[in-house]
Amino acid sequence: MNTADNVVEMRSISKSFNGVPVLKDVSFDVRKGEVHALAGGNGAGKSTLMKILQGVYQADAGEILIGGKPAAINSIQDAKAAGIGMVFQEFSLVPSLTVAQNIFLAAEPLAKGGLIDDRAAVRRAREVFSEMEVDVDPRAGVARLGTAYWQLTEIAKALAQNAQVLIMDEPTASLARHESEALFELIDRLKQRGISIIYISHRMDEVYRLADRITILRDGRHLLTAPLTDVTPEKIVEGIVGKKIEGQLSYRARDHEAHDGAPLLEVRGLTAGHRVRDVSFTLRPGEILGLAGLMGSGRTELARALFGIDKVESGEVLIRGKKVHLGSPQQAINAGVALIPEDRRAQGLVLEHSVQDNLLLPLLGQIQRGPLLDGAKGKELSSSLIKRFAVKVAHPHRPVRLLSGGNQQKVVIAKWLGTDPDILILDEPTAGVDIGTKSEILDMIRELANAGKAVIVISSEYPELLAVSDRVLVLKDGSIIRDIPRSEIAGEEYLQLAAQGV
Amino acid sequence: MSKTNTIAPRNTAAPRNFGTTLKELDWRRYVIYIGFVVVFLFFAVLLRDQGFLSPNNLLNIFRQTATITVIAVGMTYVIACAEIDLSVGSVAGLSSVCTAMALSQWGLVPGILAGLAVGLVVGSINGALVSLLGIPSFLVTLGMLGIAVGVAQWITASAPQPILSDTFNTLFGSGNFGPVPGLVVWSAIFVAIGAVVLNRTRFGRQVLATGGNRSAAEFTGINTKRIKFQVLLISGMAASVAGMLYAGRLQSGRFQWGAGDELSAIAAVILGGTSLFGGFGSIIGTLFGALLIGLINNGLILAGLDSSQQQVVRGAIIILAVALARKK
Repeated sequence: MNTADNVVEMRSISKSFNGVPVLKDVSFDVRKGEVHALAGGNGAGKSTLMKILQGVYQADAGEILIGGKPAAINSIQDAKAAGIGMVFQEFSLVPSLTVAQNIFLAAEPLAKGGLIDDRAAVRRAREVFSEMEVDVDPRAGVARLGTAYWQLTEIAKALAQNAQVLIMDEPTASLARHESEALFELIDRLKQRGISIIYISHRMDEVYRLADRITILRDGRHLLTAPLTDVTPEKIVEGIVGKKIEGQLSYRARDHEAHDGAPLLEVRGLTAGHRVRDVSFTLRPGEILGLAGLMGSGRTELARALFGIDKVESGEVLIRGKKVHLGSPQQAINAGVALIPEDRRAQGLVLEHSVQDNLLLPLLGQIQRGPLLDGAKGKELSSSLIKRFAVKVAHPHRPVRLLSGGNQQKVVIAKWLGTDPDILILDEPTAGVDIGTKSEILDMIRELANAGKAVIVISSEYPELLAVSDRVLVLKDGSIIRDIPRSEIAGEEYLQLAAQGV
Repeated sequence: MSKTNTIAPRNTAAPRNFGTTLKELDWRRYVIYIGFVVVFLFFAVLLRDQGFLSPNNLLNIFRQTATITVIAVGMTYVIACAEIDLSVGSVAGLSSVCTAMALSQWGLVPGILAGLAVGLVVGSINGALVSLLGIPSFLVTLGMLGIAVGVAQWITASAPQPILSDTFNTLFGSGNFGPVPGLVVWSAIFVAIGAVVLNRTRFGRQVLATGGNRSAAEFTGINTKRIKFQVLLISGMAASVAGMLYAGRLQSGRFQWGAGDELSAIAAVILGGTSLFGGFGSIIGTLFGALLIGLINNGLILAGLDSSQQQVVRGAIIILAVALARKK
């Protein structure tokens, strides 16, 4: 292979943190105009490798070649100068500034006299967007734009700095299906322009759709690099989790009729917030109800209304046949409802607090003795939750921030199941979670339903939704348009079409 | 729990060797105690001939920091909840004035009640504006700083209000309880209750959770508006007690009492390791923060620095301590 084709070549990179090796002799290269997928479980070393390429960390050993020449990347500025751009998973834009101001942040074009030339910035931003063949107004305030536009702005920002290599970390995590498709088309166009893309994703279909080659890391080591035409999805999954998982995303028929009887939850004509309109459905104990729909279809808003966050304007909610008022999360919790929120970092956890403190937060009432909290009881309760949900945690007193995404999600689930709710709502429970933990979480959901709880699952990943749901409600524009038993759903495509309202 | 409890050593069930314990020990959390000891030893050596170590002088340090300690205990709750209360100094002044006036008019108990009422009213207004209307506490309490001191000056026509009740003066600052100065007892009570409530009660945890991530706290069923209201009320009440301690110690009510204390209290809280961004709080740390400031003031006076020089040195030490204590 001619190394001159490689825009980026990382050779024998090793890196340790506090004596713990995270990367061991990893080599990785990217060719011009290629989409190179980078895969691996949580903690496999993907993000560390990418942070070394971006100059956030420095490798302990190994070298980086840019365009065939050894390059010292010691800072983010060095990486930018070398043509490496990053599309952040958590967007790095300033919401109060306009698109153009963000694109040229810290690299503003100057007019004569040293003042910022805003007009030139807008003009050049327009040029970048027209090269990308997307329609974004450079003068718009970023705060008012949707997530998809944020991402386009991020990409434009990197391109405006002449990036030759773009690193995209789970770029579709917060996009709706049609937005993702637009992104894929954009990636194809960028490729044709000779721009290389390092694509990090847990989603197999995207990897097959986009990537030319894939590199899999496992436990900090390089496992394989191969053209995608040569690897099967099973092999990739096997490479990531280290063992064969069979049928982890297939539906397992459960005897959910066993808990037959009165509905646990009954929603009648619910209108709430600014999205949910006249929604009615019932949910029996032991049943798993999937909510499908596009972004903005009102799925999350329905969950928020049932948890007392969004104000209910009309309609009623009955739990065990009794009418309940859900005016605040506290009232919802008292009524036996728990919500695993969409965004675990912003809504589910106090990241800087310890695993134990996070677990105990909704359970403080259980560990009270008189007016004081019983420390020993708290420790006992939290360690039993950690054990029950198999949270991999070095020490329950360390901040939850240090855990991997999958383990953080387990903490959120554990914290809520400690309250022993009757009705559990999970909003995107497996977003950004590695495939091993994902199947654990799905199993957990099935077990809960088997134990007689009523479960509502919201997910943009339909294979996953189909794997657990006994019934699927399809929402569109805040209303239920379909109510389909699982047995009538032929496959993902059927559900896709239903969600599009076809 | 260990995060918020800086006094008790972490006792962990798993057996661990000394090396890992040492490595995991986050010395930045203890910088206030180290700083306190270093400054103390420094003055003890440097000022041994000026009587720094005399029991009388040491008690004096405690006495002089008592009001700041009381205010700072309340402030710890506010800052741990990711809010700020700039009105505390003025509330202390207004409370001292109202206590003195009610005392001379109607007697001891109405006097005390009048002082507490100031904290109750101002704290409730601050809390309501912040939690119900969602106005940033910085702005609400900045406005209240002006209003409280203005009212205090206005109703007294800028004149000091003498307090002639010996009972009041003895109780609030001038007297001793047994061998212990009353002011020391007052700060001990505030610190003890403050520490237990913050570390060992549901309310305390909810304050820390609200400060650490308000949205997550809300999703967990915590009424964060109520928590914000309550911390500002606590801060107002603590400040009003501090105002009565000024009144008792100086045997008068005056609108200037407490002026500028908000800054000393905030400095004490931050020195003590409470995060300015909320989520963490240590009352014991706050006590040592206040004592460190008192120590520095006392030492600099004994060293013969004039007040302008004192301010410069004090400011430099505070910046240095916070710089050392900050997270990487």
